[in-house]
Amino acid sequence: MEKRELICIGCPLGCPLTVTIDGEKITVAGNTCKRGEDYGKKEVTNPTRVVTSSVPVDGGEIPMVSVKTREDIPKGKIFDCMAEIRRASIKAPVHIGDVVIHDCAGTGVDIIATKNVAEQ
Amino acid sequence: MRHDIVIIGGGPAGLAAAAAARKAGIQDILILERDSSLGGILNQCIHNGFGLHTFKEELTGPEYAARYIAMVEEEQIPYRLNTMVIDINEKKEVTIISRENGMETIQAGAVILAMGCRERPRGALNIPGYRPAGIYSAGTAQRLMNIEGYSVGKEVVILGSGDIGLIMARRMTLEGAKVKVVAELMPYSGGLKRNIVQCLDDYGIPLKLSHTVVNIEGRERVTGITLAQVGPDRKPIPGTEEHYSCDTLLLSVGLIPENELTREAGVKMNPVTSGPNVNDRLETSREGIFACGNVLHVHDLVDYVSEEATLAGTNAAAYVRRTQESGDSHTVSLRAENGIRYTVPQSMDTAHMNDQVVVRFRVADVYKDRYISVYFDGERVLHRKKRVLAPGEMEQVALKKADLSRYPELKEIVFCTEVE
Repeated sequence: MEKRELICIGCPLGCPLTVTIDGEKITVAGNTCKRGEDYGKKEVTNPTRVVTSSVPVDGGEIPMVSVKTREDIPKGKIFDCMAEIRRASIKAPVHIGDVVIHDCAGTGVDIIATKNVAEQ
Repeated sequence: MRHDIVIIGGGPAGLAAAAAARKAGIQDILILERDSSLGGILNQCIHNGFGLHTFKEELTGPEYAARYIAMVEEEQIPYRLNTMVIDINEKKEVTIISRENGMETIQAGAVILAMGCRERPRGALNIPGYRPAGIYSAGTAQRLMNIEGYSVGKEVVILGSGDIGLIMARRMTLEGAKVKVVAELMPYSGGLKRNIVQCLDDYGIPLKLSHTVVNIEGRERVTGITLAQVGPDRKPIPGTEEHYSCDTLLLSVGLIPENELTREAGVKMNPVTSGPNVNDRLETSREGIFACGNVLHVHDLVDYVSEEATLAGTNAAAYVRRTQESGDSHTVSLRAENGIRYTVPQSMDTAHMNDQVVVRFRVADVYKDRYISVYFDGERVLHRKKRVLAPGEMEQVALKKADLSRYPELKEIVFCTEVE
């Protein structure tokens, strides 16, 4: 049986979690909501993160548009995704939710815009 | 020129205040914003984690701002961009300046202060050394990277563990820079715990508590810094110096509410928050001038800024429409002591209060297994155990009208921490 002390990153409360791993059985204590239990279980099996960055906009009223992974991706894939994001750009106009990269770095997750940018 | 409500600042506080004032029936509202777009600091906060409280989903800063900008656009609330307020006087005359129209004066029925805060600069720290390129406040670096698209540096040291510094440690790492260390003067971090985990621990960036920068090297560009441990008196301990080579030093050493205009309006200021004193309607010592968001006190979460600004907008509307409850007021003062640094509001009118008043405050140090207590004229009415209290995280207690009505002679409410 293994015990791990974690801080939940599900929301800014940052609840201290104790995750107990007993073979297949994983239990989470210290969480104050369902989100905390999900985070605790995921963090010891397949930790994931949402990645955010910004990419250049061609012909936009501002030079950059902020982007994010549509969903969380495996932690080990963060730098592979960043390598693709750093090569990407998009043409104005851009709307929140527009796909900037399809299936980023083989994660199956799209990179989408998080800001509206009008044409210049 | 006259407007019923003039809102100074088009960031999260100003936008939420405007939406609330319109909802409360005020047609004639004007938002003044000095930047070229609405949204304020959220535009450069491209990371996620905003809105869990307000929208029950996790948004990035620009997405959170877009929700409120959409409310303002749908309601067709007028706003002016690239417009700087240079003075507010005691008669609520607001002097503004813009490239298009030069200088103009607006007579406001009510003013809502929503100017936000600024970062503490290098000049406030007294770090020896030259003034080479490569020293940025964390927020400046954030703007350069995320909005302007510049690369800020390759080898980075960050002084201060405020949230912006932590977020920038991750951001610069993702952009290919090497963040060597985050140093924090205090024995605890000033940022949210979740940011220590997801911005530093995830990327193996060391956090050195009780450390500070004692020297900056380089004449044209930063070439390195010296870090030293500090004692309980926060003074460097000789012999603990460590050298780090780097081309960039980011400073994340605190935020200060931006209240130059507030002072000019003759409003009473609070030395602890660096913001104005307000009552439970978020009205300052000047009738008809309200304040909300980071100009009032520095918040940890934008969700609470929106909530506070909604209250300010609603109350400013009631002031303009003269629908505030009349009759004798009963003013009670709120005081912080023993481990609590301040409260917002600092006073309340228990005769005319809403059903509940949310009192927000910060603690002075990191405490484990302590109680937050509230006393009505010496009688303890609340005693709530908290596993962890930290200065980086805002706390709140809701005072209910039903409870207060049992104390008609009440003069003072004291907020404090207690060991047992």
